[in-house]
Amino acid sequence: MSVKYALLGLLSERPKYGHQLRQEFEDKTGDVWPLNVGQVYTTLQRLERDGLVESNRADSEGSQKRFRITVAGERELAGWILTPIDLTVPPRDELVIKVLVALDVPGVDVRNVLQIHRRYVVELMQQWTRLKDDEGQYDFRLALVVDAELFRLDSVIRWLDAVDGRLKRDASEPRAASTEIPILRRRLAVRK
Amino acid sequence: MSLLELHQVSKTYGTGPNEVHAVADIDLEVDRGSLIAVMGPSGSGKSTLLTIAGSLEEPTSGEVFIDGESLQEMSHNGKARLRRRTVGYVFQEFNLLAGLTAVENVSLPLELDGVSAKKSRLAGMAVLEQLNLADRATRYPDELSGGERQRVAIARAVIGGRHLLLADEPSGALDQANGEVVMRMLLSACKTGVAAVVVTHDAQLASWADRVVFLRDGRIVDQTVAPPSAESLLQTGPQS
Repeated sequence: MSVKYALLGLLSERPKYGHQLRQEFEDKTGDVWPLNVGQVYTTLQRLERDGLVESNRADSEGSQKRFRITVAGERELAGWILTPIDLTVPPRDELVIKVLVALDVPGVDVRNVLQIHRRYVVELMQQWTRLKDDEGQYDFRLALVVDAELFRLDSVIRWLDAVDGRLKRDASEPRAASTEIPILRRRLAVRK
Repeated sequence: MSLLELHQVSKTYGTGPNEVHAVADIDLEVDRGSLIAVMGPSGSGKSTLLTIAGSLEEPTSGEVFIDGESLQEMSHNGKARLRRRTVGYVFQEFNLLAGLTAVENVSLPLELDGVSAKKSRLAGMAVLEQLNLADRATRYPDELSGGERQRVAIARAVIGGRHLLLADEPSGALDQANGEVVMRMLLSACKTGVAAVVVTHDAQLASWADRVVFLRDGRIVDQTVAPPSAESLLQTGPQS
Protein backbone atom coordinates (compact mmCIF):
# COMPACT_ATOMS: atom_id res chain seq x y z
CA MET A 1 0.00 0.00 0.00
CA SER A 2 2.67 2.52 1.00
CA VAL A 3 4.73 1.75 -2.16
CA LYS A 4 1.95 3.29 -4.25
CA TYR A 5 2.10 6.53 -2.31
CA ALA A 6 5.88 6.51 -2.08
CA LEU A 7 6.02 6.42 -5.90
CA LEU A 8 3.48 9.24 -6.14
CA GLY A 9 5.62 11.20 -3.67
CA LEU A 10 8.77 10.68 -5.74
CA LEU A 11 6.91 11.70 -8.92
CA SER A 12 5.58 14.86 -7.25
CA GLU A 13 9.12 16.29 -7.51
CA ARG A 14 9.41 15.80 -11.32
CA PRO A 15 8.74 13.11 -13.98
CA LYS A 16 10.89 10.01 -13.60
CA TYR A 17 11.69 6.60 -15.17
CA GLY A 18 10.73 3.31 -13.50
CA HIS A 19 14.27 2.15 -12.66
CA GLN A 20 15.01 5.61 -11.29
CA LEU A 21 11.95 5.40 -9.00
CA ARG A 22 13.15 2.09 -7.60
CA GLN A 23 16.63 3.46 -6.86
CA GLU A 24 15.27 6.61 -5.25
CA PHE A 25 12.78 4.66 -3.11
CA GLU A 26 15.60 2.54 -1.69
CA ASP A 27 17.92 5.53 -1.19
CA LYS A 28 15.27 7.55 0.57
CA THR A 29 14.18 4.80 2.95
CA GLY A 30 17.70 4.02 4.17
CA ASP A 31 18.02 0.87 1.98
CA VAL A 32 15.99 -1.00 4.57
CA TRP A 33 13.12 -2.09 2.33
CA PRO A 34 14.41 -3.58 -0.91
CA LEU A 35 11.99 -3.16 -3.81
CA ASN A 36 12.12 -5.23 -6.98
CA VAL A 37 11.72 -3.54 -10.30
CA GLY A 38 8.72 -5.72 -11.18
CA GLN A 39 6.87 -4.39 -8.15
CA VAL A 40 7.60 -0.84 -9.30
CA TYR A 41 6.22 -1.42 -12.81
CA THR A 42 3.12 -3.28 -11.59
CA THR A 43 2.38 -0.42 -9.21
CA LEU A 44 2.97 2.16 -11.95
CA GLN A 45 0.59 0.31 -14.29
CA ARG A 46 -2.12 0.38 -11.63
CA LEU A 47 -1.51 4.06 -10.95
CA GLU A 48 -1.75 4.77 -14.68
CA ARG A 49 -4.94 2.75 -14.99
CA ASP A 50 -6.46 4.77 -12.11
CA GLY A 51 -5.43 8.03 -13.74
CA LEU A 52 -3.04 9.01 -10.95
CA VAL A 53 0.04 9.02 -13.20
CA GLU A 54 0.57 9.24 -16.95
CA SER A 55 3.45 8.10 -19.09
CA ASN A 56 5.04 9.58 -22.12
CA ARG A 57 6.95 7.27 -24.40
CA ALA A 58 7.42 9.86 -27.13
CA ASP A 59 9.94 12.05 -25.34
CA SER A 60 12.34 9.21 -24.59
CA GLU A 61 14.66 7.31 -26.92
CA GLY A 62 14.23 3.48 -26.64
CA SER A 63 11.28 1.82 -25.02
CA GLN A 64 11.65 3.37 -21.59
CA LYS A 65 8.62 5.15 -20.28
CA ARG A 66 8.80 8.30 -18.25
CA PHE A 67 6.05 8.81 -15.68
CA ARG A 68 4.54 12.02 -14.41
CA ILE A 69 1.97 12.59 -11.64
CA THR A 70 -1.49 13.86 -12.67
CA VAL A 71 -3.61 16.44 -10.84
CA ALA A 72 -5.75 13.57 -9.50
CA GLY A 73 -2.53 11.89 -8.34
CA GLU A 74 -1.43 15.00 -6.48
CA ARG A 75 -4.81 15.20 -4.79
CA GLU A 76 -4.64 11.50 -3.83
CA LEU A 77 -1.12 11.96 -2.42
CA ALA A 78 -2.06 15.03 -0.38
CA GLY A 79 -5.07 13.17 1.03
CA TRP A 80 -2.92 10.19 2.06
CA ILE A 81 -0.27 12.32 3.74
CA LEU A 82 -2.79 14.17 5.90
CA THR A 83 -4.98 11.19 6.81
CA PRO A 84 -4.00 9.40 10.06
CA ILE A 85 -3.05 5.77 9.45
CA ASP A 86 -5.55 3.20 10.74
CA LEU A 87 -4.48 2.00 14.20
CA THR A 88 -7.94 1.10 15.54
CA VAL A 89 -7.71 -2.67 15.21
CA PRO A 90 -4.91 -4.26 17.26
CA PRO A 91 -2.59 -6.23 14.97
CA ARG A 92 -2.77 -10.01 15.33
CA ASP A 93 0.45 -10.13 17.29
CA GLU A 94 2.03 -13.57 17.23
CA LEU A 95 4.05 -12.98 20.40
CA VAL A 96 0.99 -11.89 22.40
CA ILE A 97 -0.93 -14.92 21.13
CA LYS A 98 2.02 -17.20 21.89
CA VAL A 99 2.27 -16.00 25.49
CA LEU A 100 -1.49 -16.28 26.01
CA VAL A 101 -1.40 -19.85 24.64
CA ALA A 102 1.68 -20.73 26.71
CA LEU A 103 -0.15 -19.75 29.92
CA ASP A 104 -2.45 -22.75 29.42
CA VAL A 105 0.01 -25.34 28.10
CA PRO A 106 1.02 -27.75 30.90
CA GLY A 107 4.72 -27.90 31.71
CA VAL A 108 5.62 -24.58 30.05
CA ASP A 109 7.56 -22.02 32.12
CA VAL A 110 6.14 -18.77 30.75
CA ARG A 111 8.97 -16.72 32.25
CA ASN A 112 11.37 -18.78 30.18
CA VAL A 113 9.32 -18.05 27.06
CA LEU A 114 9.55 -14.35 27.94
CA GLN A 115 13.33 -14.52 28.41
CA ILE A 116 13.91 -16.33 25.11
CA HIS A 117 12.11 -13.51 23.35
CA ARG A 118 13.72 -10.79 25.46
CA ARG A 119 17.19 -11.97 24.52
CA TYR A 120 16.30 -12.35 20.86
CA VAL A 121 14.81 -8.86 20.69
CA VAL A 122 17.75 -7.25 22.53
CA GLU A 123 20.15 -8.97 20.10
CA LEU A 124 18.19 -7.50 17.20
CA MET A 125 18.28 -4.09 18.88
CA GLN A 126 22.07 -4.38 19.23
CA GLN A 127 22.31 -4.86 15.47
CA TRP A 128 20.07 -1.88 14.70
CA THR A 129 21.97 0.27 17.19
CA ARG A 130 25.26 -0.72 15.58
CA LEU A 131 23.83 0.22 12.19
CA LYS A 132 22.76 3.59 13.60
CA ASP A 133 26.19 4.09 15.14
CA ASP A 134 28.03 3.15 11.92
CA GLU A 135 25.92 4.80 9.26
CA GLY A 136 23.05 6.63 10.92
CA GLN A 137 25.38 9.50 11.78
CA TYR A 138 25.76 10.25 8.08
CA ASP A 139 22.34 9.18 6.79
CA PHE A 140 19.49 11.11 8.39
CA ARG A 141 16.75 9.02 6.77
CA LEU A 142 18.35 5.76 7.81
CA ALA A 143 18.57 7.07 11.39
CA LEU A 144 14.81 7.74 11.32
CA VAL A 145 14.05 4.22 10.10
CA VAL A 146 16.38 2.69 12.70
CA ASP A 147 14.79 4.79 15.48
CA ALA A 148 11.34 3.55 14.44
CA GLU A 149 12.52 -0.06 14.57
CA LEU A 150 14.27 0.45 17.93
CA PHE A 151 11.15 1.99 19.47
CA ARG A 152 9.01 -0.84 18.11
CA LEU A 153 11.36 -3.51 19.51
CA ASP A 154 11.67 -1.57 22.76
CA SER A 155 7.90 -1.70 23.16
CA VAL A 156 8.10 -5.50 22.81
CA ILE A 157 10.67 -5.61 25.64
CA ARG A 158 8.49 -3.36 27.80
CA TRP A 159 5.53 -5.64 27.22
CA LEU A 160 7.63 -8.72 28.13
CA ASP A 161 8.74 -6.94 31.33
CA ALA A 162 5.13 -6.03 32.11
CA VAL A 163 4.05 -9.67 31.69
CA ASP A 164 6.90 -10.74 33.98
CA GLY A 165 5.73 -8.21 36.57
CA ARG A 166 2.11 -9.35 36.33
CA LEU A 167 3.09 -13.00 36.65
CA LYS A 168 5.08 -12.18 39.76
CA ARG A 169 2.22 -10.22 41.33
CA ASP A 170 -0.27 -12.88 40.28
CA ALA A 171 1.79 -15.56 42.03
CA SER A 172 1.79 -13.60 45.27
CA GLU A 173 -1.83 -12.38 45.22
CA PRO A 174 -4.85 -14.50 44.32
CA ARG A 175 -6.61 -13.48 41.11
CA ALA A 176 -9.95 -11.61 41.26
CA ALA A 177 -12.81 -14.12 41.33
CA SER A 178 -15.02 -13.31 38.34
CA THR A 179 -14.05 -11.62 35.11
CA GLU A 180 -17.20 -12.35 33.12
CA ILE A 181 -18.74 -8.90 32.95
CA PRO A 182 -15.61 -7.05 31.87
CA ILE A 183 -15.02 -9.68 29.14
CA LEU A 184 -18.52 -9.08 27.72
CA ARG A 185 -17.89 -5.36 27.68
CA ARG A 186 -14.57 -5.83 25.99
CA ARG A 187 -16.09 -7.91 23.22
CA LEU A 188 -18.67 -5.24 22.53
CA ALA A 189 -16.01 -2.58 22.46
CA VAL A 190 -13.86 -4.42 19.94
CA ARG A 191 -16.76 -5.22 17.62
CA LYS A 192 -17.84 -1.60 17.43
CA MET B 1 42.97 -11.51 31.92
CA SER B 2 39.79 -9.51 32.23
CA LEU B 3 39.89 -6.11 33.90
CA LEU B 4 36.93 -6.95 36.12
CA GLU B 5 36.13 -10.45 37.32
CA LEU B 6 33.38 -11.54 39.68
CA HIS B 7 33.48 -15.14 40.83
CA GLN B 8 30.43 -16.63 42.53
CA VAL B 9 29.58 -13.33 44.16
CA SER B 10 26.60 -13.27 46.53
CA LYS B 11 25.24 -10.58 48.82
CA THR B 12 22.75 -11.25 51.55
CA TYR B 13 21.06 -8.69 53.76
CA GLY B 14 19.46 -9.53 57.11
CA THR B 15 19.39 -12.92 58.79
CA GLY B 16 16.98 -15.77 59.45
CA PRO B 17 13.46 -15.21 58.16
CA ASN B 18 14.37 -11.66 57.09
CA GLU B 19 17.24 -12.83 54.91
CA VAL B 20 17.22 -11.29 51.44
CA HIS B 21 19.52 -12.39 48.64
CA ALA B 22 20.30 -9.21 46.72
CA VAL B 23 22.58 -11.05 44.29
CA ALA B 24 23.52 -14.72 44.15
CA ASP B 25 26.31 -16.71 42.48
CA ILE B 26 27.28 -13.98 40.04
CA ASP B 27 30.04 -14.82 37.56
CA LEU B 28 31.00 -11.92 35.32
CA GLU B 29 34.08 -10.97 33.34
CA VAL B 30 34.58 -7.64 31.62
CA ASP B 31 37.55 -7.06 29.30
CA ARG B 32 39.28 -3.80 28.57
CA GLY B 33 37.67 -2.09 25.62
CA SER B 34 34.28 -3.66 26.10
CA LEU B 35 30.96 -2.29 27.24
CA ILE B 36 28.70 -4.66 29.14
CA ALA B 37 25.09 -3.85 29.99
CA VAL B 38 23.31 -5.50 32.89
CA MET B 39 19.56 -5.47 32.33
CA GLY B 40 16.88 -6.32 34.80
CA PRO B 41 13.75 -4.94 36.46
CA SER B 42 14.03 -2.80 39.59
CA GLY B 43 14.87 -4.93 42.59
CA SER B 44 16.74 -7.49 40.49
CA GLY B 45 20.07 -6.64 42.12
CA LYS B 46 21.58 -4.45 39.40
CA SER B 47 22.79 -1.65 41.66
CA THR B 48 24.12 -4.06 44.29
CA LEU B 49 26.14 -5.79 41.59
CA LEU B 50 27.64 -2.45 40.58
CA THR B 51 28.53 -1.31 44.10
CA ILE B 52 30.23 -4.65 44.79
CA ALA B 53 32.15 -4.45 41.50
CA GLY B 54 33.33 -0.97 42.49
CA SER B 55 34.35 -2.05 46.03
CA LEU B 56 31.79 0.27 47.63
CA GLU B 57 30.19 -2.77 49.22
CA GLU B 58 31.59 -6.15 50.25
CA PRO B 59 30.07 -9.37 49.00
CA THR B 60 28.84 -11.92 51.58
CA SER B 61 30.70 -14.57 49.61
CA GLY B 62 32.62 -14.88 46.39
CA GLU B 63 35.55 -12.93 45.00
CA VAL B 64 36.06 -9.74 43.01
CA PHE B 65 39.22 -9.05 41.00
CA ILE B 66 40.07 -5.70 39.46
CA ASP B 67 43.09 -5.68 37.18
CA GLY B 68 44.05 -9.07 38.60
CA GLU B 69 44.00 -7.92 42.22
CA SER B 70 41.62 -9.52 44.67
CA LEU B 71 39.57 -6.96 46.58
CA GLN B 72 39.24 -9.39 49.48
CA GLU B 73 42.94 -9.30 50.09
CA MET B 74 43.20 -5.55 49.77
CA SER B 75 43.53 -3.22 52.76
CA HIS B 76 41.03 -0.49 53.44
CA ASN B 77 43.49 2.10 52.13
CA GLY B 78 44.27 -0.04 49.11
CA LYS B 79 40.60 -0.10 48.19
CA ALA B 80 40.27 3.62 48.67
CA ARG B 81 43.25 4.14 46.36
CA LEU B 82 41.75 1.76 43.80
CA ARG B 83 38.49 3.72 43.86
CA ARG B 84 40.35 6.98 43.32
CA ARG B 85 42.69 5.80 40.58
CA THR B 86 41.05 2.94 38.75
CA VAL B 87 37.28 3.08 39.13
CA GLY B 88 34.99 5.80 37.82
CA TYR B 89 31.31 6.00 38.69
CA VAL B 90 28.44 7.56 36.79
CA PHE B 91 25.11 7.83 38.54
CA GLN B 92 21.63 8.68 37.31
CA GLU B 93 21.62 11.87 39.37
CA PHE B 94 24.98 13.11 38.04
CA ASN B 95 26.12 14.00 41.61
CA LEU B 96 28.06 17.09 40.55
CA LEU B 97 28.97 19.51 43.33
CA ALA B 98 26.85 22.62 42.87
CA GLY B 99 29.46 25.08 44.16
CA LEU B 100 32.15 23.95 41.70
CA THR B 101 32.42 24.68 37.96
CA ALA B 102 32.42 21.86 35.41
CA VAL B 103 36.21 21.74 35.20
CA GLU B 104 36.55 21.89 38.99
CA ASN B 105 34.12 18.98 39.33
CA VAL B 106 36.04 16.99 36.72
CA SER B 107 39.46 17.59 38.25
CA LEU B 108 38.36 17.03 41.84
CA PRO B 109 39.25 13.30 41.94
CA LEU B 110 42.83 14.10 40.94
CA GLU B 111 43.13 16.85 43.56
CA LEU B 112 41.79 14.50 46.22
CA ASP B 113 44.48 12.07 45.13
CA GLY B 114 47.20 14.65 45.85
CA VAL B 115 47.81 15.98 42.36
CA SER B 116 48.50 19.74 42.32
CA ALA B 117 45.57 22.05 41.59
CA LYS B 118 47.22 23.34 38.43
CA LYS B 119 47.97 19.90 37.00
CA SER B 120 44.51 18.64 37.92
CA ARG B 121 42.89 21.55 36.16
CA LEU B 122 44.96 20.98 33.01
CA ALA B 123 43.96 17.31 33.00
CA GLY B 124 40.32 18.32 33.58
CA MET B 125 40.41 20.68 30.61
CA ALA B 126 41.98 17.98 28.44
CA VAL B 127 39.17 15.52 29.22
CA LEU B 128 36.49 18.16 28.67
CA GLU B 129 38.06 18.98 25.30
CA GLN B 130 38.05 15.30 24.37
CA LEU B 131 34.34 15.19 25.13
CA ASN B 132 33.58 18.44 23.29
CA LEU B 133 32.71 20.25 26.50
CA ALA B 134 35.59 22.72 26.67
CA ASP B 135 33.26 25.70 26.19
CA ARG B 136 31.30 24.65 29.28
CA ALA B 137 34.34 24.35 31.56
CA THR B 138 33.65 27.41 33.68
CA ARG B 139 29.90 26.93 33.98
CA TYR B 140 28.30 25.76 37.21
CA PRO B 141 26.10 22.64 37.16
CA ASP B 142 22.87 24.66 37.31
CA GLU B 143 23.97 26.50 34.16
CA LEU B 144 24.27 23.24 32.22
CA SER B 145 21.56 21.15 30.53
CA GLY B 146 20.82 17.65 31.84
CA GLY B 147 22.75 16.07 28.99
CA GLU B 148 25.75 18.33 29.56
CA ARG B 149 25.75 17.57 33.29
CA GLN B 150 25.88 13.87 32.58
CA ARG B 151 28.72 14.34 30.09
CA VAL B 152 30.64 16.28 32.75
CA ALA B 153 29.97 13.42 35.17
CA ILE B 154 31.43 10.97 32.63
CA ALA B 155 34.47 13.22 32.17
CA ARG B 156 34.94 13.15 35.93
CA ALA B 157 34.65 9.35 35.90
CA VAL B 158 37.38 8.80 33.30
CA ILE B 159 39.88 11.49 34.35
CA GLY B 160 43.35 10.35 35.33
CA GLY B 161 43.27 7.33 33.04
CA ARG B 162 40.84 5.38 35.20
CA HIS B 163 39.90 2.30 33.26
CA LEU B 164 36.91 0.74 34.96
CA LEU B 165 33.74 2.72 34.40
CA LEU B 166 30.62 1.75 36.35
CA ALA B 167 27.38 3.46 35.40
CA ASP B 168 24.00 3.14 37.12
CA GLU B 169 21.14 4.17 34.78
CA PRO B 170 23.42 6.83 33.27
CA SER B 171 20.73 8.37 31.11
CA GLY B 172 17.78 7.72 33.39
CA ALA B 173 16.67 11.34 33.51
CA LEU B 174 17.60 12.23 29.93
CA ASP B 175 15.59 12.15 26.70
CA GLN B 176 16.39 9.68 23.95
CA ALA B 177 18.77 11.94 22.01
CA ASN B 178 20.82 12.80 25.11
CA GLY B 179 20.79 9.17 26.22
CA GLU B 180 22.32 8.33 22.87
CA VAL B 181 25.05 10.95 23.34
CA VAL B 182 25.88 9.48 26.75
CA MET B 183 26.13 5.96 25.33
CA ARG B 184 28.30 7.13 22.44
CA MET B 185 30.62 8.73 24.99
CA LEU B 186 30.84 5.55 27.04
CA LEU B 187 31.62 3.60 23.85
CA SER B 188 34.35 6.02 22.82
CA ALA B 189 35.83 5.71 26.32
CA CYS B 190 35.87 1.94 25.79
CA LYS B 191 37.77 2.39 22.53
CA THR B 192 40.61 3.88 24.58
CA GLY B 193 40.87 0.69 26.64
CA VAL B 194 38.33 1.35 29.35
CA ALA B 195 36.11 -1.49 30.56
CA ALA B 196 32.56 -0.32 31.25
CA VAL B 197 29.55 -1.83 33.00
CA VAL B 198 26.21 -0.10 32.62
CA VAL B 199 23.20 -1.26 34.59
CA THR B 200 19.84 -0.26 33.18
CA HIS B 201 16.27 -1.38 32.67
CA ASP B 202 16.23 0.42 29.31
CA ALA B 203 16.66 -1.91 26.31
CA GLN B 204 17.55 0.94 23.95
CA LEU B 205 20.48 1.90 26.15
CA ALA B 206 21.52 -1.70 26.71
CA SER B 207 21.57 -2.28 22.96
CA TRP B 208 24.68 -0.08 22.69
CA ALA B 209 26.64 -2.69 24.66
CA ASP B 210 28.86 -5.41 23.23
CA ARG B 211 27.16 -7.90 25.52
CA VAL B 212 23.93 -7.71 27.52
CA VAL B 213 23.59 -9.73 30.71
CA PHE B 214 20.10 -10.38 32.07
CA LEU B 215 19.58 -10.29 35.81
CA ARG B 216 16.50 -11.72 37.51
CA ASP B 217 15.99 -12.02 41.25
CA GLY B 218 19.69 -11.43 41.84
CA ARG B 219 20.90 -14.09 39.41
CA ILE B 220 22.28 -13.91 35.89
CA VAL B 221 19.77 -15.90 33.89
CA ASP B 222 20.93 -15.25 30.34
CA GLN B 223 23.16 -13.14 28.11
CA THR B 224 23.34 -12.12 24.48
CA VAL B 225 25.81 -13.63 22.08
CA ALA B 226 27.93 -11.40 19.84
CA PRO B 227 25.58 -10.08 17.16
CA PRO B 228 26.38 -10.60 13.48
CA SER B 229 27.24 -7.52 11.46
CA ALA B 230 24.57 -4.89 11.05
CA GLU B 231 24.75 -5.41 7.29
CA SER B 232 22.71 -8.60 7.70
CA LEU B 233 19.72 -6.45 8.66
CA LEU B 234 19.75 -4.75 5.28
CA GLN B 235 19.68 -8.01 3.39
CA THR B 236 16.93 -9.54 5.49
CA GLY B 237 15.18 -6.27 6.32
CA PRO B 238 11.40 -6.17 6.58
CA GLN B 239 9.61 -6.30 3.25
CA SER B 240 7.06 -3.68 2.33
